[in-house]
Amino acid sequence: MKELRNPAALRRLLEDIGEKTRVLGRKPRLMEVCGTHTMALFKNGLTPLLAEAGVEMVSGPGCPVCITPNGIHEAAIAAVTETEDLTLATFGDMTRVPTRKGSLQTAVPARGSRLRVVYSPEEALDEARRGTGREVVFFGAGFETTIPAIAYTAKRAAAEGLRNFSILPALWLVPPALRAVLASGEAAVDGFIYPGHVSAVIGAGPYEFVAREHGIPGAIAGFEPGDILLAVRSVLEQAVEGRPRVALEYARAIGRDGNPVARALMAEVFEPFDAVWRGLGRIPASGLRFRKAFAALDAGTRFGLGPADEGRDLPGCRCGDVLRGVIRPEGCRLFGTKCRPDAPLGPCMVSYEGACLIHFKYGPPGGPVS
Amino acid sequence: MCLAVPAKITRLEESGHGTASYLGSEVAANFCLVPQAKPGDWVIIHAGFAISVMDETEARETLRLFKDMAAAERR
Repeated sequence: MKELRNPAALRRLLEDIGEKTRVLGRKPRLMEVCGTHTMALFKNGLTPLLAEAGVEMVSGPGCPVCITPNGIHEAAIAAVTETEDLTLATFGDMTRVPTRKGSLQTAVPARGSRLRVVYSPEEALDEARRGTGREVVFFGAGFETTIPAIAYTAKRAAAEGLRNFSILPALWLVPPALRAVLASGEAAVDGFIYPGHVSAVIGAGPYEFVAREHGIPGAIAGFEPGDILLAVRSVLEQAVEGRPRVALEYARAIGRDGNPVARALMAEVFEPFDAVWRGLGRIPASGLRFRKAFAALDAGTRFGLGPADEGRDLPGCRCGDVLRGVIRPEGCRLFGTKCRPDAPLGPCMVSYEGACLIHFKYGPPGGPVS
Repeated sequence: MCLAVPAKITRLEESGHGTASYLGSEVAANFCLVPQAKPGDWVIIHAGFAISVMDETEARETLRLFKDMAAAERR
């Protein structure tokens, strides 16, 4: 798909975008909900080019590592430090989030216990299947993109009657978070770039309330530079025409209806509850927990990790404000000085999708980008 | 964490497990979430699971769009 990186085509799209902002007569502010989009925007140098064309991009809450509150990270640390002969398996970024108890990487595991980084939840399940007398806990964080894989793994474990496997869930739903961002009114966005891979599962329907109830345009985007500019152009086109909707600008990869098989699996294993997000607080029906039939797989219950409270952020960390789109990373006093990728004080400086890490890595030294 | 990659299915077992080719490498993947997929199809893979089957017609359409835009810009 090198055509989607063709400079001439991208120039053409940027000219169209500039033309539309001139017609609008103001500088629109668009939120890219997904952290992978933030990364793509910065890595490809699109943020300053869009600013020149009159479009301000602001990052949304689309980083599961970041929005998982410290209470849950601390529960994972408790699992591996307080139980012997236990493997805590999780995705790489989750191991470096700093809390009052250190991070999973700095914590000293209990005797015989260890931390394991996995790419797929099935790797953790395979370790449990080997049945070496170890407990295996998968610390599973993710949005709708990841949740079906975790649901599949849970269902397999239950079907095989594996007694040494459990899951510590940190599962988050994007549409309720958008509802919360819009209800707070703080971010003042004129349009949304919707996440391509979350949409591969949920489809376009769950965003339609944004256009219908709030009159705000949006487009589902892929992750090549051309994909993102196509989506930005579509959002501005909708704004100019005064006809907000949910455009699908990633049709080669996903359908408007998403993946019903994946959704059915999610609904079979998990049920929604009012979860607490870092920065956004408690949001109605925004998290998933095990249904009763799968409750035996809940690592929180099995190891007495308790209902994880919110936990506190480290002093001075403003990840919460960054996640709400209220400040840019550069607006935090710790950014780039006391908080850096090699010594992070908050998850937004840890995750590959964290706005602070991305701004630090790709932003110009010493100042905001736009 | 919603990073996902396009890959072409090279082997598909009855269990739903198999392999896909991504940038010249063979990777193991689980295809249970896309029961309609068959060898040769392009899929989107995330965390070891294929979550979507790609649409070749739409992909060609996108390519054509970008080729046209590039050509128009060069003129």
